[in-house]
Formats: sequence, structure tokens, C-alpha cells
Amino acid sequence: MDCEGTPPSPPRADGPPLLCVRTRPEPIAYALARPVRTTPLVAALLLALLGSLLCGTGLGAAGIGWPQVLRYLGAGLTGGTIGPDEVSAYTIVWELRFPRALLAAVVGAGLSAIGVAVQALVRNALADPFVLGISSGAAVGANAVLLFGALGALGVWALSVSAFVSALIAMALVYAAARTAHGLTPLRLVLTGTAMYYGFSAVTTLMVFTADRGEAARSAMMWLLGSLSGAGWGSLPIAAAAVTAALAHLLLSAGRLNALAMGDETAAALGVDAGRLRRELFVVAAAVTGAVVAVSGAIGFVGLMVPHVTRMLVGAGHRRVLAVAPLLGAVLLVWVDLLSRVLLAPVELPVGVLTAVIGVPCFVLLMRRRGYTFGGGA
Amino acid sequence: MRIDIEGLSVAVAGNRLVHDITLRADSGRLIGLVGPNGSGKSTLLRCVYRALRPAAGTVRLDGADLHAMDAREGARLLAALPQEASTEFDFTVAEVVAMGRLPHQRGSGRASAADTEVCTRMLARVGAAHLADRGFLALSGGEKQRVLIARALAQEPKVLVLDEPTNHLDIAQQLEVLALVRESGLTVLTALHDLNLAAVHCDELHVIAHGRIVASGPPHDVLTAGLLAEVFGVRAHRVRHPETGAPQLLFDRLSPSAS
Repeated sequence: MDCEGTPPSPPRADGPPLLCVRTRPEPIAYALARPVRTTPLVAALLLALLGSLLCGTGLGAAGIGWPQVLRYLGAGLTGGTIGPDEVSAYTIVWELRFPRALLAAVVGAGLSAIGVAVQALVRNALADPFVLGISSGAAVGANAVLLFGALGALGVWALSVSAFVSALIAMALVYAAARTAHGLTPLRLVLTGTAMYYGFSAVTTLMVFTADRGEAARSAMMWLLGSLSGAGWGSLPIAAAAVTAALAHLLLSAGRLNALAMGDETAAALGVDAGRLRRELFVVAAAVTGAVVAVSGAIGFVGLMVPHVTRMLVGAGHRRVLAVAPLLGAVLLVWVDLLSRVLLAPVELPVGVLTAVIGVPCFVLLMRRRGYTFGGGA
Repeated sequence: MRIDIEGLSVAVAGNRLVHDITLRADSGRLIGLVGPNGSGKSTLLRCVYRALRPAAGTVRLDGADLHAMDAREGARLLAALPQEASTEFDFTVAEVVAMGRLPHQRGSGRASAADTEVCTRMLARVGAAHLADRGFLALSGGEKQRVLIARALAQEPKVLVLDEPTNHLDIAQQLEVLALVRESGLTVLTALHDLNLAAVHCDELHVIAHGRIVASGPPHDVLTAGLLAEVFGVRAHRVRHPETGAPQLLFDRLSPSAS
């Protein structure tokens, strides 16, 4: 019997089924034949991120030459000196643009990583971080501060703290409403999150509607659409810490995320407690969404599009996806934020408007190209 | 490795679907579960591969309580092919098989050289080495099942649990899957729809109806006309396979009691 052809031969009628089995495994290309190799891609993205951060710092409405920009950056990083006539330019570069570019990178990385986590959580490649309703909960808290001066005692921290705390409250509400005796199921999470999203949005709209301060309402709107205009060194540490911790946790969970994506039963058979992992992911997603939304508002579509594009590049394996997606998201958001500053300068566009302009057509294309199913059962 | 299921009851959403099941599978034996749809076969198996917890009773592997073990330790002893095998995510075949190494790994799921070697070997063993770089979602039903068997084998388990592994496969693929399972040499517990396949391939059958075992023993003793009428509501003739001598069933029509 010729065993060279790989498919097993059909069983013969005159005895127990026989099977052609190779005794010596052929070397197979286990480093997968992919459109793009992961390690060079990560290296290229790291370089691109450095370049993007430089551009985000060097370009803008106030024309400051590259030599000065680099000198100010050097001065800021190493504690050098600048002349007294350069203070305003230095402030623009070191106090405004640079932390803003860094924050854009952190927010882009965070939204992308959480997008990956939420998609595995609800087992659907077309979900995004905001489908859980947490960002709109954060919006309620932020707007309470902006419009009614809530938590005034906290001063400049009021906005961040209020957004973060209300994100956690929203998370608790969604969790309590969605959970069943079997734990969290994908479909219930999505449905509950969506319902809560409308509920929270209604509260926000009502607040904007009843507030009599026109400028505050405008700023609330800006915040709802997402903007990094409030960025400064103060807004970086919490967001950066939350995103870094979440990313580390997710990378360490990459194998379990793969198992979860194959279904709860497969996960169980592989020794992964799907219920526990889902709770973990939910808390990580909520915490990072809260931390990110607190400093940047609700920037949509990054968490949806970036994981998608990443999977097209490197496949579905979560270790690769989680290595690439945050970098890609960081680069993307630095550029989108730069565009939002310079396109209509001196007027600043909300970042969320630009991500939506890019994201909506992409989403529709993707949805039409792929079969659209949600969840894998309630 | 021997499986002992003792007094196992399983409840889903408050409904007890499996009642007081006791059965034993000796090392290397292929044990079949048959029964009508909704009889509780899948629920029983889901409890055995720990997607569900027992409401009462135990599952023991060589005497050790499976549900008291660490999850990863359990998955190194017992692998499963659940019925659902759908995913939205287009993993490659190699990635799907590599998931079988998860119970042997710590942390990030980075495959060691040894892991990769095991996966390569198991893919070759099921005759699917050429599929390694293909997308799992694009495979045919038979190919998928072979890949999932490779994943289960990559766990290097002692026990294999299969839930209707021949569903949606053509006849050659069905025989292929059962041959692969038999060749694994593992202790196997499998639910099967096709009674004639079960009669040929299983060392022992347990017939389940309404969540209880109603008959147990070698296929020859279990698959009687009386039992088929009673449990499945069909009238059947039993014949001897002309070459192997295994009992085979020819179905006539629904039995009068079922109509």
C-alpha cells in the first residue's frame, strides 16, 4: 500500500480499518507561512512609533523648527538649559505636544489591547471595548464634573477620578445584570452592555441638555467624541500604568485566550476555566477602559479596527496579536491625533470624529466580507 | 488509565439531566455511549471533561478524583473533543494543535521545541501534516476532526472523551476517525449516534435514556431488538456482519409503540 499520499486510505472491507500513518514525520514549516513575520514587524513598528512620537512632538500649528524641537526634547529629557526667550516654545514642545503624543500612544495601545481582550471575551471579532457599555458610564461621571462641577474638592483630578469611578460603577452594573448561574455568557454581555450604553448616553445627553453653560456643553461633546486636548504630564502615569499592567497580564494569558476563543467546552477540556478567565478579562477591560476614557474621552473604532488589521497581518494566535496590536494602535493614534490638531488649525477636531471617518467604512466593509454572527449562544 | 464514574448526577440550570450514572472503563478500552437525542449523553460527557461540575458523584482516573484535581493537571490526563468546534477566529491548523500543549505550559503559551515536536508528530499521526499552515475554518469536516484529534493527542493524555465525533462526516471520514481513536491506544469514552458503528468499534456499550443507564455490556448483548424498540422506538432486525461477525442492525420502521 502506498503511504506517500497523505490522506489516510479508506478502510478495507475485509478487516479492521487500516490507516496510512507516517512513521517519520516530515519537517513541516512550523514557523507559519504568514503574509508578515512577527518579529520584524514588531521591530518595524517600534521604530515607526519612535518616529511618530517625534513627528507628534515636532509638528503643529506653532511652527517650531526641528533643531529647536530636538534641543527642547533633549533639554526636557536630560535637564539641559534653554534661553529665557524660548520659554513659550519650550512649553509647547515639552509641556503640551510631547506628553500629548505619549498619551496618544498609550491610549492607542490600551484601546487596541482591550479590543483584543473583549473580542476574545465575547468570542466575536466584531466587538470593541465600548460594547460593554463601560465607556458611556465613564462619560456620565466626566460630564457631571464638566457641567455641574461635581467633585470640585479634587481639583484637576476631578475629571479623571470621576470618569474612572463611574466606569467601575458601570462595570459593576453590567456585570450584575449580565451574570447568570453559569457565569458570564458572550451574548448576554453584549446585549446588556448595549442596553446600558443607551441608558448612560441618555443620562449624559440629559445633562448636556439641561446645563446652561454653553462652553461646558461644547467641552462635554468634545469629550464624548474623544479628544486628547487635555493631555499633560499629569494625565500620563495612571493611564500608562493601567495599560502596561493590562498588557502584561494579557500577554501572559495568551494561551488561555486562544483556548477561550475556541469555545467554553474546548477551554474546559484544555484545563482553562472559561468562567474565571472571562471574569478576569472583564475586570481588566473595565479598568483599562476607565483609565483610558478618563484621560481621552470615548475614542471609538480603534479597539475594533486595530485588532482586526492585526489579525489580517499575523493571524489569530493571541501571542502574536497582542505583540503587534498595541504598537499598531499606538502609531495610529499618534498620527490621528496629530491630524486632528493640524487639519483645521487653530480649531481642533475631536479625535473620535477622525477615527469614525476611518472606522465606519472599514467596519461596514469587514462586516459585509465576513459572515456576521454574534456571540456563540446565550 | 482506568475511569470510574460513580453515582454521577449532573444538573444544568437547576434541571437534573443525568441521574446516578455508574460506569467503568478499563485501561485501553473503547467504551461507547448510545441513546436517543436529549438522553443526557452530552451532559454526562461534558461533566467528565469538566465543562460542568457534578451535582453528585465522582469521576475517578485510576482512583484520583478528577474534579478535585488542578485543572491543568486534569487536562494532562484527559483530553476531549467537544461537539462544538466553531470559532470566529481563523487560527491555523498548527495553532489549533498547539493549544493541546497548553496544560503542559506555564504562562504565555510560548511553545518550546519539545511542544512543537509533539504537535508535529501528532499532526503527522492523524495524516494531517500537510494541513499545518492552512486556516482551520477553511477545512472540511473530516479534516477538522482529524486536526482536533491531533490537538487532543498533543495533550498527551491517558484518556480521550469524544462527543459524537462522527457527526456531519461522510462514511469514509467516520471510519477514519474511529480508526484513529482506536489506534491511539488510550482509554476512550465516546458518544456515538450510529448504532452500527458503535456495534463494530466499541468494546462495550452503555445505553442511556432519560439521563440513566438502561443497559450495559458488549454490543452483542446490548443491541437487541427489544431494547431498540423500547429505547429508540424503532423496529430492527439484527444480522451478523458476514466477515467480522459483529452485530449489525437493519431498521424496518418505527415500532408501533412509538407511532
